[in-house]
Amino acid sequence: MSTATASRPPAPTGLVWRQFDHWRARWRRTWRGSAITNFVLPVLYLLAMGVGLGAYVDSGGARASLGGTDYLDFIAPGLLATAVMQNAVGASTWPVMGAIKWDKTYHAMIATPLRTRDILIGNLGLIAARLTLTAAVFWVVLVIFGVAVLPWAVLAVPAGVLVGLAHSTPLFAFAAWLERETGFMLFYRIGVVPMFLFSGAFFPVSQLPDPLEWLAQVMPLYHGVELVRGLTLGTPDLLADLGHVAYLALWCGVGFLLADRALARRLGG
Amino acid sequence: MGAQSVEQAAAGPVEAPVEALVEARNLRKSYGALEAVRGIDVTVRRGEAFGFLGPNGAGKSSTMRMIAAVSPASGGSLRVLGMDPGAEGPAIRSRLGVCPQDNTLDSELTVRENLLVYGRFFGLSRAEVARRADELLRFVQLTDKAGSRVDDLSGGLKRRLTVARSLINNPELLILDEPTTGLDPQARHLLWDRLFRLKQQGTTLLLTTHYMDEAEQLCDRLVIIDEGVIVAEGSPAQLIRDHSSREVCELRFGVDDHAGVAARLHHLGERVEVLPDRVLVYAEDGEAVAAAVHEMGLSARSTLVRRSTLEDVFLRLTGRSLAD
Amino acid sequence: MTADRVNDLIAPGAARVVPQPLGRFAARHLVDRNYRVYRRDWLLFITGFLEPLLYLLSIGIGIEQLVGDFTLPNGSRVSYTEFVAPAMLAASAMNGSLFDATFGVFFKLKYEKVYDAVLATPLRPVDVAVGELVWSLVRGALYAGAFVVVMAVLGLTSSGWTVLAPVAAVVIGYAFAGAGMALTTWMRTWQDFDFITLAVLPMFLFSATFFPLDRYPDGVQWLVQLTPLYHGVVLCRGLTTGAVGVEMLIAVAYLLVMGTVGLLVASRRIGALLLR
Repeated sequence: MSTATASRPPAPTGLVWRQFDHWRARWRRTWRGSAITNFVLPVLYLLAMGVGLGAYVDSGGARASLGGTDYLDFIAPGLLATAVMQNAVGASTWPVMGAIKWDKTYHAMIATPLRTRDILIGNLGLIAARLTLTAAVFWVVLVIFGVAVLPWAVLAVPAGVLVGLAHSTPLFAFAAWLERETGFMLFYRIGVVPMFLFSGAFFPVSQLPDPLEWLAQVMPLYHGVELVRGLTLGTPDLLADLGHVAYLALWCGVGFLLADRALARRLGG
Repeated sequence: MGAQSVEQAAAGPVEAPVEALVEARNLRKSYGALEAVRGIDVTVRRGEAFGFLGPNGAGKSSTMRMIAAVSPASGGSLRVLGMDPGAEGPAIRSRLGVCPQDNTLDSELTVRENLLVYGRFFGLSRAEVARRADELLRFVQLTDKAGSRVDDLSGGLKRRLTVARSLINNPELLILDEPTTGLDPQARHLLWDRLFRLKQQGTTLLLTTHYMDEAEQLCDRLVIIDEGVIVAEGSPAQLIRDHSSREVCELRFGVDDHAGVAARLHHLGERVEVLPDRVLVYAEDGEAVAAAVHEMGLSARSTLVRRSTLEDVFLRLTGRSLAD
Repeated sequence: MTADRVNDLIAPGAARVVPQPLGRFAARHLVDRNYRVYRRDWLLFITGFLEPLLYLLSIGIGIEQLVGDFTLPNGSRVSYTEFVAPAMLAASAMNGSLFDATFGVFFKLKYEKVYDAVLATPLRPVDVAVGELVWSLVRGALYAGAFVVVMAVLGLTSSGWTVLAPVAAVVIGYAFAGAGMALTTWMRTWQDFDFITLAVLPMFLFSATFFPLDRYPDGVQWLVQLTPLYHGVVLCRGLTTGAVGVEMLIAVAYLLVMGTVGLLVASRRIGALLLR
């Protein structure tokens, strides 16, 4: 190969796209399985909790404490937010550590003109695509169950992706920093599970004792649940939602900076 | 178990006064349509170091696994320590030490724990296993790594740990599958030294290798195996005497046409072999060949005179080089 | 250089220490191996108890207020948390043993090659399968015991039969560990585990865990009663609420058969995979 056709020097904006084929190849192998899981799991959850258990809630006269909605309507948007959150956890923990420790994918990439930030953005792009799929498929399920109220409900998908990214970027940083994989198990048990259960998806956080309620409100997932619920049910509280979006964006941004530093340290060292 | 050994000694073949630890007759192994081992006869006697020399894919590992009683034979007969591996696998395995090609160390355990846990699989008491573990760590010079995680060890250290592990049950027969493949020269020599000591102390070694120097260093007797069959058997010196000349003259020419050059060299030695990058002339006196080549006006880019090795034997018998 | 001789370790011909026959329960040494690995991750062990407890709390704090009381088949009324707690016990017994028997075993079988080394010793494939199963049950029993104590402390038990609930959890663990291990021997990649998720989640949600069987349409009730977790829930709920009946014996038989078949298949398959 002559020097004229050899790889061109990095044009910063183009670098991210050079990974496109790599990530597309990985995505291709797995998307079908995740699409099925993404569709089946929400249907099952909504049937069990929303329809099955919901009948007891609705007949028990608890509507008032749920803001006047059916239990199905109450938990369905919350479950969308938690599903995206869990997907973000899955996509931003093990695979990231794997690419650093086991497959050394990042090491192979960093040996090319790509910089750590390009790798980070490329990988987050893939995660965002995954999260979009999750949110969109879940949204279709919401429509099928008659929960979504248009037109506001359309915004539930981007809102869901935002919720996912607010978890993805800090977790990416965590995964890039962590040495051993047992940390993920611990984080899952003392972080993800309580968040999933106590962020207002299954019951209003106001039922929690005060200190726990405050703690829940610090979690990004709580804001995600509130945001997605308002949009899905067509009852957004615009001012509050602006606050939720800003708070989630803050998590995304801080997480991104931390992830960038952690990854650079890990690949540079 | 003692009684069984005595019985075996009595029932052993007449021509082998020393007890046979392994006896294979027309032994075969197939995986589906693939025939990995195609009828081999081998007898390994107590106290000797016996080798299987052959290239990758020759059927060495398959044979080792059958002898180690972890792979059923597809045909022929096999006795290990006088027992049938198909019927008495656990009894045989309790008296073997095995170094598999890929170590199979337990990376979730520390170096010392690997020995402790493995020893317990043989039914040794905790105290016994602890004592042996410490002695074996000293033997393979890993005492100061006792508490390390296996993942943190280099390839050479892992291999030494695997050797130590294979000795935990004081085996009568130690099976080593490619003991030094992938190790750097220093690590290889250290391991050879340890294996040599074991041999000195009388442990029966059975090893596979595709390194002729390893076979020459360690083996009293060996078989050369290729494509699932044995092509020669004997001591390293005997094999070289029988199948090669005393010396070899290796010539590299600066041309692509080694075959053309070789055609003009046939009268200089007993035999000429053409390899992709050089021509080998086999003769009793290699220096004389080198001088004759020079006199013919052929300018070799490099000339090397050396003694014949098992590599040459293998080349002679199979027409291929061991490294293939 | 110290210890050039390995003393009496290698003394051919001389009186050698012949390893003792392993006896009847060789699998215990594999249990010992797992214990050694696990005790380094004690934090993981402690927190393993947390997940079912958190579910219980969220139900007690959150859902119970929304739902109110439930009536059991025998007519007695229980709070919603009392109704769900035994189902959580059964479900976490299932989850815990499945995790060990599927991910744990797959990792050791395909990646770590732990069993290749184990089978080079006198241990047999059945010892591997039994060892993994016993280990998983020991852990499951500890978790179940602790969970039942928490239930009792929170006043979620109303019967002396409760003392048998951890035993029921072990029986459930046995069933799922056996079956899970057998299925794992057919797994090729981590992605295949999605199928396990797809089987487990519906069971978790629809085995009369969160609401009684009579909430389902007739045809579906029949389907629910076929699932193993349903029988596990019947067993645990019967014991902690005191509504014991003959259906619990059927449940025990179902689960024991499932575990035993799984164990036998797993032993054979591990042998077929590794002793080739």
